[in-house]
Amino acid sequence: MTLNPLDIVLFGVVVLLIVGFYGLLITRNLIKIVLVLQILVKAVVIALVLAGKSSGNLGLGQSLAATVIVADTVVAVVALALAVQVRRRVGTLDLAKISSLRG
Amino acid sequence: MEILYYTLLGLGASFCAYRAMISRHLLPSTLYLACVSALVTITLYLLGAYEVAVIELSVGAGLVTVLLVYALSVIGEDVFDPTSIIPKPLAIFLVTAIGGLVIWMVYPLTIHPNTNGEVLLADVLWKYRALDVWVQVALIFSGVMGVLGLLSEKVHPQGQEMPSYENQAIDVNNRIGVQIEQELHV
Repeated sequence: MTLNPLDIVLFGVVVLLIVGFYGLLITRNLIKIVLVLQILVKAVVIALVLAGKSSGNLGLGQSLAATVIVADTVVAVVALALAVQVRRRVGTLDLAKISSLRG
Repeated sequence: MEILYYTLLGLGASFCAYRAMISRHLLPSTLYLACVSALVTITLYLLGAYEVAVIELSVGAGLVTVLLVYALSVIGEDVFDPTSIIPKPLAIFLVTAIGGLVIWMVYPLTIHPNTNGEVLLADVLWKYRALDVWVQVALIFSGVMGVLGLLSEKVHPQGQEMPSYENQAIDVNNRIGVQIEQELHV
């Protein structure tokens, strides 16, 4: 079995996805959740470009990746602004403490 | 040689991402995230996605890092209980299963030759996905307006304290109660 360079990139994407999902599951800090989402999106951006390259349509992969980057940046900006407001009003960023839902 | 480059870049990005995730302080986490962005940029460049590499470097390593550092300077650091929301063995099992499923579905990559010739990103964006571009413009505009609205603070007269979260909630409850009483009397 021979590995081609794109397979190596695929493994890198999967490792980044695993790290991102693990961080998303164990993190309690609101800011760190934004940070971990950024890691996940970087993996997705590489995956889109990789899919475009392997299917012979790199331009389409790039355009999708650019859309994802723009959407992710807006999400990060709004999430950080919300985190700042939560910290000002509630006094903490701990998800376990700021959750008002009781079941 | 290309395999060596991709291996080193993947290992470096994964290491930085892991350090960003487990670091107790947020500022080192932010810097590790910037390193991940830089390594991802090099990977994209080697893959031939030059335009996206530039966008990733300027937005991922630049803008988002600056925003995170700004947010940290505004709110400071919190001391956290290190226990996670869900048990760590369960989290490890779940992410390993997800990674295994992704590899099982995608590997090995089938590589198709480029039969369309060189297609420029600008052509794809403006000819086939023009609507997406305008949606992105609207998204950026709404994001900026949302942040301006969220970060703005009400100006209070001197000597008057800003009402706390609990006092605001009590105030809203009182107003609702008064409205209900008025409707009942009418």
